[in-house]
Amino acid sequence: MAYSQKVVEHYETPRNVGSFDKGDETVGTGMVGAPACGDVMKLQIKVDPRTGVIEDARFKTYGCGSAIASSSLVTEWVKGKTLDEAASLKNSQIAEELALPPVKIHCSILAEDAIKAAVADYKKKHAA
Amino acid sequence: MDMTPHFPIYMDYGATTPVDPRVVDAMIPWLREHFGNPASRSHAWGWEAEEAVEKARQQVADLINADPREIVWTSGATESDNLAIKGAAHFYKTRGKHLITVKTEHKAVLDTMRELERQGFEVTYMDVREDGLLDLDALKAAIRPDTILISVMYVNNEIGVVQDIPTIGALCREKGIIFHVDAAQATGKVEIDVKKTPIDLMSLASHKTYGPKGIGALYVCRKPRVRIEPQMHGGGHERGMRSGTLPTHQIVGMGEAFRLAKLEMGKDAEKVHALQTRLLEGLKDVEQVFINGSMEPGKRVPHNLNISFNFVEGESLIMGIKGVAVSSGSACTSASLEPSYVLRALGRSDELAHSSLRMTIGRFTTEEEIDYAVKAIRETVARLRELSPLWEMYQDGVDISTIQWTAH
Repeated sequence: MAYSQKVVEHYETPRNVGSFDKGDETVGTGMVGAPACGDVMKLQIKVDPRTGVIEDARFKTYGCGSAIASSSLVTEWVKGKTLDEAASLKNSQIAEELALPPVKIHCSILAEDAIKAAVADYKKKHAA
Repeated sequence: MDMTPHFPIYMDYGATTPVDPRVVDAMIPWLREHFGNPASRSHAWGWEAEEAVEKARQQVADLINADPREIVWTSGATESDNLAIKGAAHFYKTRGKHLITVKTEHKAVLDTMRELERQGFEVTYMDVREDGLLDLDALKAAIRPDTILISVMYVNNEIGVVQDIPTIGALCREKGIIFHVDAAQATGKVEIDVKKTPIDLMSLASHKTYGPKGIGALYVCRKPRVRIEPQMHGGGHERGMRSGTLPTHQIVGMGEAFRLAKLEMGKDAEKVHALQTRLLEGLKDVEQVFINGSMEPGKRVPHNLNISFNFVEGESLIMGIKGVAVSSGSACTSASLEPSYVLRALGRSDELAHSSLRMTIGRFTTEEEIDYAVKAIRETVARLRELSPLWEMYQDGVDISTIQWTAH
């Protein structure tokens, strides 16, 4: 199976690799997947508390090239978006952008789950 | 001096080996001018083809010290496994309906057993020990009065471990049970002598031993005589056991490949052993690496090294070591999305199975290729671990097995 050029490009030079402090009030963390399934994504967002806009994002992924590319792409996309905009991101957009084959669609679903989980985590921190 | 190896580097000999150029040369005339049907008795085209087929039969028999009349041509080891297991089960069904095999067998054996279960037979699938080897006491205990056949592979395709075939064979003889051995990955790697080792049926493949694909053989023991029911009906070729026009060029190729295997086995083994040691030395000090399957001398062929790099997913690792062709037990490299059942049978966790790399080397592998592969693997593992949330957790002292993961 050959990889699309965009997947290879994200895999070779992943964007926004790293971690924020989970305890930071301005950070939302989403960790999805399971090692037993061969994919774990950790996606973090840093939010400007005054505007509710995501100003930065980080990820770390254990998984195949398409999983790495999907999460790398999402960190790029969510920067500058509001929480609601980020949470409405659809996996089909990721799959289309990266030209993922059918067997790799689950990677894009996982990336969608990850950003939703990160947004939910941030909202939970600020719910009280 | 430029030591850069040619790309890509082939380290997937377990999938298939390159065809030895000497084998290719031997085959060509039987595709060109000598195109006759070996079953044609009325003209020279047929006679010469038949002679070539019988010469190859002798060459294949020689490698395992069999009588050429004990060799039945098939399309490959999958067909041989089917013919042996179904053929013997059907022939001896009045004696009993129980068969035994091992969980780490090739799918050609396991799926054939599943089919027999659908036909009313009962099958016991033996566990293996952590080192991939069969527990012989457990095997003894699994034998029932109605056990008619035991099937155990010689060399495992994923982890390269060598089962104790002589002992299992002796046990089967003693109990009057038909013993089938899938030796697809064993020919040219371990010494096989059916005169000394009690084996009733043995599947042989050509393309794992530098021969062409699409041809294989089944060894059917004559003394004591073992009977099988044909699975392919037709013109009654191969003494009625397997009908179908014989592909002369393929057979000549397998014959030449097996002749070379016998001739060069010692040389090949020495060379490959040195290369395996070099590969292992280059990788063993990487943190959190686990070798899958026994490394005890004599219990593993040197052609195989199967290693799990914890916290790095196998397919992403393969993607990173561009130019080196290997395979992985990761689900992502297979259609099923399940990680390797062989590694799971060893008791390896799913994540270690997902993180495995199978490197299989052979006759044409060079030291430069090994060195390049070691460098590429080390760099990629380090890079991917920087990307891995699991590695980060491990570094922070978090025990990943205690986390409640959500399966997806």
